[in-house]
Amino acid sequence: MATRPGGLGTVIADENRGVVHRVLLVVARDVRVNVNRLAVRVEAASADALTGCMLPAADPQVLRFVRAHFRESLRKKSRPPAGIAHAIKESSDAGSDDLGEPFVVNTTTVLIVTGAFLASAVEMVEALTIVLGVGVVRGWRSTLIGVGAATIVLAVLVAALGPALGSIPIGTLRLVVGALLLAFGLQWLRKAILRSSGYKALHDEEESFQAERTQAAAAADDRRAGLDWYSFTVAFKGVLLEGLEVVFIVIAFGSAQGHLGLAAAGAAAALVVVVIAGVLAKGPLSRVPENTIKFAVGLLLTSFGSFWGAEGVGVHWPGDEASLLGVIAFFVVVSLLLSRALRRKRVTLATAGAGA
Amino acid sequence: MRYLRSFGRFWWNFIVGDDWRVAAGVAVSLGVTSLLTHAGVNAWWLLPTGVALVLAESLRRAVGRG
Repeated sequence: MATRPGGLGTVIADENRGVVHRVLLVVARDVRVNVNRLAVRVEAASADALTGCMLPAADPQVLRFVRAHFRESLRKKSRPPAGIAHAIKESSDAGSDDLGEPFVVNTTTVLIVTGAFLASAVEMVEALTIVLGVGVVRGWRSTLIGVGAATIVLAVLVAALGPALGSIPIGTLRLVVGALLLAFGLQWLRKAILRSSGYKALHDEEESFQAERTQAAAAADDRRAGLDWYSFTVAFKGVLLEGLEVVFIVIAFGSAQGHLGLAAAGAAAALVVVVIAGVLAKGPLSRVPENTIKFAVGLLLTSFGSFWGAEGVGVHWPGDEASLLGVIAFFVVVSLLLSRALRRKRVTLATAGAGA
Repeated sequence: MRYLRSFGRFWWNFIVGDDWRVAAGVAVSLGVTSLLTHAGVNAWWLLPTGVALVLAESLRRAVGRG
């Protein structure tokens, strides 16, 4: 059933079009949304009120209906509201369907996968160092059980939080995710700039590995539940703590754009690459350019955070998603300039210190 | 109580990190952007600019300490 009193005023999809399992979110000023398992109702006072609305991932059958409806509206209107065009683009991004359109790979999805991959890889390299340090010295059984237990906890977190976030209105979600990504990403970026300018020591995986080995060798033999408790707890905590950052980034990247699966795939690819590299190297991955990767991840987190945070408070980016590239370029330039300025300052201070 | 404090400290370090002023600056930038947007100004430029200033100030303080 579909009714449309007053042009674009009302859209109704009922259960004949398929039960709504995921909430279809529409965020715009003056737009009322009423969602339950049987129907999606979008009411707007006028077509203009739909400007800026978003339709992220939702039940594919409802998306098909909404797209078809908006297409019909577009054919009848020479100049559609920006929000409608955006809604169609968003619903197109959600995947292929029986309208025959292929899955759209755009810049944002590529950046989401890249960001999730790089952030996960760098955290997994650190987790691998901890696991190797303990496993090599104290044996693999308890260590790998610790890794497995932490992985299960992380998987449960993703499975529980991912769908739960789907029920939050997209504007609120993007504001919260944007703010968190900004706070989190700026930490990475700040440390990476301090490291690249020489104000903070570079992270040394070989050194961490040796420290882990020394501690593992010195730890007392404590057996509980048939496990070497030291190996189990160190591996569990190491993987859990490093993995939490991965989970946070994957969920944040994935949920704000409705591509949780893509972000998770990026993280899974990183896991495979790091594990294979670790097995081949038979040691810590000390040659991975960690600070460069952290610099890149910090830039992506900060850029996405700014983009989604601003969208969450109602900003309309000129050029829509294309402006994300501009935001990234802006932060690249700012970060490189800051890094250069700090390096110069350090050299100046060192020269002055040597002369005194 | 000890666990609760550890739990809170973990999340504080996780989200806020070394410099709480960065998180506060982000919150202020978002707040001002929101106010301007709701006043009818499409202030897309404000948040990246505010974030860049917050980052520069945080680095200046970190280097000054060091």
